Amino acid sequence: MVKISATKLNIWFGETSVLRNINIEIYANEILSIIGPSNSGKTTFLRMLNRLNDLTPSFKMQGEVMFEDTDIRKINVELLRKKIGMVFALPLPLPLSIFDNVAYGLRMHGERNRKRIREKVKQALTQGYLWDEVKDRLPESAFKLSGGQQQRLCIARTLAVEPDVILFDEPCSGLDPISTAKVEEAMLKLKKEYTIVLVTNNVKQAARVGDRTAFFLSGELVELDKTEKIFTAPSDRRTDDYIRGKFG
Amino acid sequence: MRKIKEFLIEKLILICGLASIFFVGLIFIFLLKEGLAVFKSVSAFAFLGGSKWYPISEPPQLGILPLILGSLVVTVGAAIISIPIGVGCAVYIAEIAPLKIKEVLKAGIELLAAIPSVVLGFIGMITLVPLVKKVFHLPTGLTALSGSIMLAFMAMPTIVSIAEDALYSVPKNYKEGAFALGATHWQTIYRVILPAASRGILAAIMLGIGRVIGETMAVMMITGNAAVIPKSILVPVRTLTATIAAEMGEAVVGSEHYFALFAIGIVLFVISFAINVTADLCLHERI
Repeated sequence: MVKISATKLNIWFGETSVLRNINIEIYANEILSIIGPSNSGKTTFLRMLNRLNDLTPSFKMQGEVMFEDTDIRKINVELLRKKIGMVFALPLPLPLSIFDNVAYGLRMHGERNRKRIREKVKQALTQGYLWDEVKDRLPESAFKLSGGQQQRLCIARTLAVEPDVILFDEPCSGLDPISTAKVEEAMLKLKKEYTIVLVTNNVKQAARVGDRTAFFLSGELVELDKTEKIFTAPSDRRTDDYIRGKFG
Repeated sequence: MRKIKEFLIEKLILICGLASIFFVGLIFIFLLKEGLAVFKSVSAFAFLGGSKWYPISEPPQLGILPLILGSLVVTVGAAIISIPIGVGCAVYIAEIAPLKIKEVLKAGIELLAAIPSVVLGFIGMITLVPLVKKVFHLPTGLTALSGSIMLAFMAMPTIVSIAEDALYSVPKNYKEGAFALGATHWQTIYRVILPAASRGILAAIMLGIGRVIGETMAVMMITGNAAVIPKSILVPVRTLTATIAAEMGEAVVGSEHYFALFAIGIVLFVISFAINVTADLCLHERI
């Protein structure tokens, strides 16, 4: 099933063309990894999906992006962002307690029942592989957690509002290998219920977790295929060069 | 040669640095020396708690409670007016306004700060005072309320510019994080940005209030200067600052009156100092 599809997508920031003629279909319950050197437009593509780029005044976009058969520009933007959650590169908890970080989204979307909030917070933290580590320190400031824990807290925070799709923007760039492994483990479990789009600078990470992998280069989609194919027999020379570390 | 130059410049800068502390120290010592003398004739309790300020009667009655209350009423009034408007304005400038309006507003705020207080007082006297008189059917428009409104204008630039800085320096990522969860713009401002900037905003408010307490000229021109304990905000009051400014010229050097005015100076100094320290703590304890 196609969850999100982009057709003839072009994006500019002011006069600068950032993405050119992108056509992608994202399937439900897959992990789609997006790789490519910096400045290739992968983060812009990701932020376009939940319309975070709209915050930049110079942003211009052309083409069609459908989320479950509705144009994303026709969906109420808050609802769209609730459905398409995002985890950022730097783990950035809000300046609140651990509990409130997760409860924040729930309360914002109108949940008032304390018992239900508590249940959902527990559920989200469990899904984010954090519950066992923080269950005794929920009222503490989220800044007291380690970097890896903070990132999993951000994942739990995103899960708490029950999205359909989760966008990961280089989620492990600031994490040590063990924390990275935990985040990847969480992602693999999550794809059973969610659709995941993962932008990563770590080619090996794409190989480890992605069902399919897309290779972006200077604003163009060079190749999109099954991860095994991309990493064993890519059809484009440039993909091969990038994966082997010849540039980028 | 280079070493000597280095040494000299270093010491010169050191002296510049110490100078400000040195002068503050001198001023404080002078204030104490002149001001504490008043307590030879009145007790501190009678001075701070006395309800009668008749400095030139025989014997002089030196109770500054009416003046303290006068300052308090005017300051609280100004705070009630300027804090919501000032913080609201800062939120608008930092978060909502389009770039062009933002620039115009910021320039306007700076202009407001640049108006000399005597000019503001003069304008207030001509426009605000008759208005207050008419609206509330009072015998005189020279009231604490007029002073509060006028001072609110003076506190606003301080509050707006510092609060705007604080709001602006909230990491952009907080905002994106909240947006990515599906928060509306107002939910983001109210639940994330304002709490994250709360210390800076508190500091802005304190410094704004500090400016109000220390203000003299405009207050003297439009509050009516009656040294009685105010029973409402619609009566004339006299503030600590206005008392010093109005009476210093007439007080006989070395008289009890003269010493009492310096003692008022100490009271003001202590109040401003406390407010500035609180503001400083607010600003620097940011986590």
